[in-house]
Amino acid sequence: MVDLWSGLVQAFWLVATLDSELVEIAMRSLRVSLSALGIASIIAMPLAALLAVKRFRWRRFVIAVLNALMGLPPVVVGLVVYVFLSRSGPLGVFGLLFTPTAMVIAQVIIVVPLIASISHQALRDLWEEYHDLLISLNVTQWQKIHTLLWDARRALLTAALAGFGRAIGEVGAIMVVGGNIDHATRVLTTAIALETGKGDFALALALGFVLIALAISVSLTIHWLSRTEREAKW
Amino acid sequence: MVSGLFPVVLNGAATARRGQILVGPVDLTLNGGGVCVVIGPNGSGKTSLLRMMHGAARLTHGSIDWACPTPQARRAQAFVFQRPVMLRRTVRENLAYPLRIRGARRREALKTAGDWAERVGLGGMLDRQAPVLSGGEQQKLALARALIIEPELLFLDEPCASLDGRAMREIEEILVTAREHGTRLILSTHDMGQARRMADEVAFLLHGKVHEFGPAAEFFTRPGTPQARAFINGEIVE
Amino acid sequence: MGVVLALALGSAAQAADVMKMAVTTSFHNSGLADVLLPEIQTDLDLEVQLLVVGTGQALKLGRAGDVDAILVHSRAAEEAFVEEGFGTHRREIMYNDFVVIGPASDPAQIGTAESAVDSLQKIAAVEATFVSRGDDSGTHKKELNLWGNAGLDAEGFGKWYNAVGAGMGAALNTAAGMDAYILSDRASWLNFGNKGDLALLYSGDPVLFNQYAFLPVNPERHGHVKNDLAMKLEGWLTSDKAKGLIDTYKIGGETLFVFNAAQVQAVAAQ
Repeated sequence: MVDLWSGLVQAFWLVATLDSELVEIAMRSLRVSLSALGIASIIAMPLAALLAVKRFRWRRFVIAVLNALMGLPPVVVGLVVYVFLSRSGPLGVFGLLFTPTAMVIAQVIIVVPLIASISHQALRDLWEEYHDLLISLNVTQWQKIHTLLWDARRALLTAALAGFGRAIGEVGAIMVVGGNIDHATRVLTTAIALETGKGDFALALALGFVLIALAISVSLTIHWLSRTEREAKW
Repeated sequence: MVSGLFPVVLNGAATARRGQILVGPVDLTLNGGGVCVVIGPNGSGKTSLLRMMHGAARLTHGSIDWACPTPQARRAQAFVFQRPVMLRRTVRENLAYPLRIRGARRREALKTAGDWAERVGLGGMLDRQAPVLSGGEQQKLALARALIIEPELLFLDEPCASLDGRAMREIEEILVTAREHGTRLILSTHDMGQARRMADEVAFLLHGKVHEFGPAAEFFTRPGTPQARAFINGEIVE
Repeated sequence: MGVVLALALGSAAQAADVMKMAVTTSFHNSGLADVLLPEIQTDLDLEVQLLVVGTGQALKLGRAGDVDAILVHSRAAEEAFVEEGFGTHRREIMYNDFVVIGPASDPAQIGTAESAVDSLQKIAAVEATFVSRGDDSGTHKKELNLWGNAGLDAEGFGKWYNAVGAGMGAALNTAAGMDAYILSDRASWLNFGNKGDLALLYSGDPVLFNQYAFLPVNPERHGHVKNDLAMKLEGWLTSDKAKGLIDTYKIGGETLFVFNAAQVQAVAAQ
């Protein structure tokens, strides 16, 4: 309990004084996770829409795999990405290991199944609702996907926020592929792991509180920015 | 309006799902103009007939031949469902949607949408979200959204089921205007009053087949079969 | 979305020269790196990025060519590393020492032990709770080595022996929670913030000395490694300036490291 309290106090002072190291780490966390989120959304959402509207042989299989991959242990993702990006791995020539880009790659892989699964559920329900009308209007496959993605944007936002939460709170994979290098790849979660390792629970907790506050403010900001259509019942 | 669709000839046309025939085989020839009302007991295949003709249900047997190629025919049709499908958008955007799908410019589509909203009495609701409208308003919106592409043929599947009298009258007024502009209407209903008011021709369905087909006046005064007579008289027909 | 991509691609601002070095947790936990790295940055205009891992993983990173040099403390493994051609040579830099930590009440009475081996035998005799790193790190290897010297096999130990498979800090946290004995390097122990009821109970046996060595990764194996920077760094680490900084580095008034690099420019080994 003492640690918890001193953690809160320390978190307050770190934020109040805009501690330069904290700001650097927090900004890197945000940059990595938001980049991963953006890229993952571009991949996952159209994929989810396609799975909702297109009937193909492997559809059920792909959905089942996506659902299963939601529970993928990040450290496994980290290891696989590590093996690929290592200088002795197939993508070694790019020299991406232990860079923020490697962390983005790992987070994209972790977050895509989550965003795709949640999006797919929402889009499937919407497609059920819209099906007759869109078929009657002879829309093309692309128009279908575009319409569903646009009209389900609220639900997709929720999916994206879930993905962001998972990305920014993730430590297992980015520790492996980022290496937690000071001033290069250290982010909030890996810093927390480091301070825990040093037995400095108060500082670790302080960073934890900052992480939570950051996640909440991103979520609130996005909700606030999208709160334009008040009348809508969804 | 130049009629490129008609006559349409159904030859042994049927649609089935999982081996079960929903409607058919149907042999029918329809010419352009006027209102064809499809009546029959519940489960007689009214909805399936409309969907099959529109191409929303797969034609599993026989043929449906329009006077023009089928893709062109489908572009000249619209469909209004019993439960209107509301896009989660504003009234204006719902109305503009079919035009946008067909490649109209956004500005023009929105302008046309405004005109049509006025015509069906939704002029004051252009910026409301469609899903929060009342049932009658939603159906008027659906109707306007179907008419906005100026179809030659409009299918209506029990458009006034679960609507109150006022909404029904407003919808019928819009339909009458559409007919006067030359739009061919195929309307299914279980409301005999509506059938009498609207019909130029009647198709009476029973057990998935067209049991009787002919001019409305003749059908209502001298039905050709005992089942049709019983149905007109409000008796239970099985 | 363009913004997002730009964010993804634009990584940290680069210093003039950047190299990556894998170091052990114990070295990093000592805090010595925080003293040395800024000096290196100033003197050589060289940014050394540290990957803090166990000795096992550090050697693995070197083998894969993912770092330019390693600084570890496990002699046998280091020599094998050089022998297999992954490192150009091994250069000893400094040493610190291992200490045996345990509950202040000292149920195994190791405070009076005559040697490191004796202290472990006393712990095993009463089967006092013991936490082992169990992660193939230098510290772990040292511990196993000591058990061997004591004529015991850690494989056969009962429930009192807990191999946690974690870094030094995490293992110390576990030991603090379990009131257990543990072998730690002195630096990690002194900098550890969650000591609880633990205390330093035994130290001083020369067998506990912990030699750190610097190994540049062989550019003949991995063409992309920055061997010139590694050599520059080695030169600095064995300089008089480094000697002064290392020998005078203290935590809580205690000296941690002893500089013992052979200060001849031509490297004798290899």
